[in-house]
Amino acid sequence: MRISKSPWLLHYDGSSCNGCDIEVLAATTPRFDVERFGIINTGNPKHADIFLCTGGVNSQNQDVIRQIYDQMPDPKVVLACGICACDGGIFKDCYNILGGTDTVIPVDVYVPGCAVRPEALIDGVVKALKLLDEKADKMKRGEYRSMTSAEYAEALKIKGQLAEAADTEEKDA
Amino acid sequence: MAAKRSVIPFGPQHPVLPEPIHIDLVTEDEKVIEAIPSIGFVHRGLEHLVTKKDFGEMVYVAERICGICSFGHGYGYVDAIEHIMNIEPTNRAKYIRTLLFELSRMHSHILWLGLMADAFGFESLFMETWKYREKVLDMLEAATGGRVIFSIMRIGGLRKDVPDEVLQGFLPGLDEIEEGIKACEKAFLSDPAVLSRLKGVGYLSKEDAIDLGCEGPFLRASGVARDNRTSGYAAYGDMDFEVITSDDGDSYGRCYVRIQEIYQSAGIVRQCIEKMPKEGIYVPIKGFPNGEYMTIIEQPRGGACYYVHASGKKFIERMRVRTPTFANIPALAKTLQGCDVADVPILVVTIDPCISCTER
Repeated sequence: MRISKSPWLLHYDGSSCNGCDIEVLAATTPRFDVERFGIINTGNPKHADIFLCTGGVNSQNQDVIRQIYDQMPDPKVVLACGICACDGGIFKDCYNILGGTDTVIPVDVYVPGCAVRPEALIDGVVKALKLLDEKADKMKRGEYRSMTSAEYAEALKIKGQLAEAADTEEKDA
Repeated sequence: MAAKRSVIPFGPQHPVLPEPIHIDLVTEDEKVIEAIPSIGFVHRGLEHLVTKKDFGEMVYVAERICGICSFGHGYGYVDAIEHIMNIEPTNRAKYIRTLLFELSRMHSHILWLGLMADAFGFESLFMETWKYREKVLDMLEAATGGRVIFSIMRIGGLRKDVPDEVLQGFLPGLDEIEEGIKACEKAFLSDPAVLSRLKGVGYLSKEDAIDLGCEGPFLRASGVARDNRTSGYAAYGDMDFEVITSDDGDSYGRCYVRIQEIYQSAGIVRQCIEKMPKEGIYVPIKGFPNGEYMTIIEQPRGGACYYVHASGKKFIERMRVRTPTFANIPALAKTLQGCDVADVPILVVTIDPCISCTER
């Protein structure tokens, strides 16, 4: 049985304006009804396969997002829902916004929009399902384990150092 | 055995909460003795954006204070700027604003009904109410082009007109929604299983509601007839409506008030369509705002204040918003005292919390 036949969603409101959260909920209600595909909105991170994160990351909720992500079992995919979750959106210049979801955890699918429409969201989830199956197959062969948030932070740090080094090299040249 | 005190953390990520709020519940066995709320998970620092976006762009930022009452936030900010600049929008603009405001109120209240049904474990009722909410969103989309964020407000009027044919097309939809909500109302107000979860749960007396500074349907459910729409801003002065109150003061009363307000809003929308004047929708503006103003409007969740201070420059000096959920949190902490742990989700939902407004 493929995991994509019945993936469970977990939704967390980062620091969004509510618009995207309401659209996430609306996607599960009769008009759009993703539940007919076996997609269930759950509140428990340990039951979830797909993490829908809305809104940017701020200093108070970054640990919450990391904890939720680390608690989810493998295989898992992360969707950044809405433009704020993609890169900060209209709130990018705010003093309390660190950036999009990918500043703290790895993101697999980006769904832009302000507010994101349920149709776009469903499209994003369908794309995520493919990734979920791929990850499950790799896991069976013992080739894959998802990054923890601490490893991701380390990777970001190294990436930042490399970029800095490249910048100084360019300047020297 | 004597009961031992223990603290249960509730939130910020919790199955029943659509938004992050954290409450520490001090409990003795199954009873809550004290509730200590803490907020700040959604703080963005939005008010500070006035230093980076000019006063025209701030309309769109103000709309994004909250995705549920977005129209009201846009209206509050624009209203304050228009008063500072001495601009009188045309009557048609005022009527369309009122109409959109009431449609927003309808969708917000129906949304709340669904969340409430979800909180007391009636999943199919949640789905049923949200079916009708989609019909309201269809109207808003037909009028503005957006489902939750509309971006139709503009200082001096509106960005685009809503044609009369579109407005006439709303009438059958309104009837359909009213019928649907009437059917749902039976479940909310007379189903014995639902009543056992609502009646007497979270009682707040009239005196407490006034002392704790409650707002909106939460206040009106405790029998205080206060509604800022009666001050007649926008076109509310021309509309015929009565403030809805309930003397129950419990969760049942709050359900009753919000359901009646859905019908009331549908009535105001009909009046707007009927009396809609024919004229332009935009008054050109000149120069930059200079001065300060404070405006109070009635959001779906209660009264909201918008303070704007401008000094004749492209960027305004200060914008301050005071939101109804913030005013209702002390009363929430009060109603949580002495309730069962299993009733906490219901009581949190009864204030219709909008955390992103509260923290901005």
